[in-house]
Amino acid sequence: MPSLSQESRRGLTLLSPTLIYALVMLAAPLTMVVMFSFWTQDYLDLDKTFTFANYREAWTQPIFQVLMWRSLRISLVVTTVTVILAFPIAYYLSFHVKSRKALWLFLITVPFWTSYLLRVFLWKVILGYNGVLNSSLMELGIIEKPLTFILYNANAVVLTLAHAWAPFAILPIFVALEKIDRSLLEAAEDLGDGPLRRFFRITLPLAMPGVVASTLIVLIPTVGDYITPKLVGGTDGLMVANMIQIQFGKANNAPLGAALAVSSMVVVAAISVGIYFAGKKFGGKVK
Amino acid sequence: MMRSVGNFISSKWLVVYAVAYMLFLYAPVILLPLFAFNDATVVAFPLSGYTTKWFSLLWSTDALHGAVRNSAIVAMTTALISTLLGACAARSAANYSFPGKKGVMGFIMLPLVLPEIIVAVALLVMLMQLGMSLSLWTVIAGHVLICTPFSIAILSSAFAGMENSLEEASFDLGETRWGTFRRVTLPLIMPGVVSSLLITFTISLDEFIIAFFLTGTDVTLPVYIWSQLRFPSKLPSVMALGTILLIVSVVLLIIAEVFRQRAARRQGMDAGAKQGLV
Repeated sequence: MPSLSQESRRGLTLLSPTLIYALVMLAAPLTMVVMFSFWTQDYLDLDKTFTFANYREAWTQPIFQVLMWRSLRISLVVTTVTVILAFPIAYYLSFHVKSRKALWLFLITVPFWTSYLLRVFLWKVILGYNGVLNSSLMELGIIEKPLTFILYNANAVVLTLAHAWAPFAILPIFVALEKIDRSLLEAAEDLGDGPLRRFFRITLPLAMPGVVASTLIVLIPTVGDYITPKLVGGTDGLMVANMIQIQFGKANNAPLGAALAVSSMVVVAAISVGIYFAGKKFGGKVK
Repeated sequence: MMRSVGNFISSKWLVVYAVAYMLFLYAPVILLPLFAFNDATVVAFPLSGYTTKWFSLLWSTDALHGAVRNSAIVAMTTALISTLLGACAARSAANYSFPGKKGVMGFIMLPLVLPEIIVAVALLVMLMQLGMSLSLWTVIAGHVLICTPFSIAILSSAFAGMENSLEEASFDLGETRWGTFRRVTLPLIMPGVVSSLLITFTISLDEFIIAFFLTGTDVTLPVYIWSQLRFPSKLPSVMALGTILLIVSVVLLIIAEVFRQRAARRQGMDAGAKQGLV
């Protein structure tokens, strides 16, 4: 490429191993999934004639519709809960913790590094019929019969995912809050703005990029979560990833699985773009 | 300062909230060692007594040892390759500009937000099409893909904080490109490299979905744990195993954090280092 400067060429050469890896291991496989989703499979034979049949099935069959809606609903609730719970803690860290911020951040990430499988499993132990929560509540005399609405349903999935993704929500918000120029808040106070006004007109809009980043970082992966629905979701908490796995595994229908994967990716991508632009519109500048 | 920014929600309530939040975060983690040392075959309260038999049981489980060995191979290889790929990308992003940089970097960082099941399914489809058989190498390939963005994130700050004049001085004094890298650049970014190796090792050690889809007959540790979760009688020893894994991860993380802070300090960004762990 003669038009590129020497610097550009050097940068691209240095980047090329990583870029080639990503192209071979990410772009190529993703393209193949898309191709696969237009094919059909009869047990082990693959029919490569182009067809929309998989998408028709994925979008019209009630079971897939139910799973897709449930996945989206659960993910949106998880994201909202996680981000709303994360904001005050990030705010506390940024505005109230003077020293040892790094220690706090470290402590927040420690639970995240325990085996994800075991964390989800332990939530099952906590929430179960004879679980930690029920037995302690009964011991304290707060309830007489064990609560049953907390395990093997969507609530359990929401709680467990909100726990699993907490650090991912806290860190971007914390970074955005740290960047806020404190003199802006002092200026607003000098000009007579009360604490609420200062929060909603300065802190929150300026923290918006962090909030949007948190939202997307939690939302996108949770739609495709497999372990949590499988372990604590029961039959009412299963999500689209579980169905994708079934299609690739037991059902031996990889093309339908691929169509489900592509469909959920497209839907999530569309929602993410929406959130991104909404965040851009409502935040970022001091009004 | 306190008055100007602090009193939106009174500071006292925020402290209460922070403590409650930490309890929520640590709830499952605290239970892990409790049940690992509990002398009962069911994983439930009340605790019945202290025992270390679940730990000794781990020593005599051969299938587990194979899984540990596989995970160690996968995690070490993943850490090395993804740190190498991460270093190339981070250096390029930090020190060079070229057209389309933002888009290319965004694409490389994509696995950070892509649902893991999509990555797993996509790699599986490609391997099926190429007629390749599943092995530890296919697991490594997937792990490198998702670990590289983490490595880039860690190493970007290491490169961004580096003083370019040091490298220029080295060139001026007649050192070659490779010599400069080995004797100037590498020592400067070494703490970041160590931090990246440890973090990617830890991520790979814990990764389940990709390993679950791409593993052949040799299972990794999380896939082994998954298979054990189905048998209630195996659960106490799984808790013991989890406790060991927790300790290993936390030790690795503390070392990674120390190196990360050393990197920050070396670059004169003392603000971050001063608020350190100790």
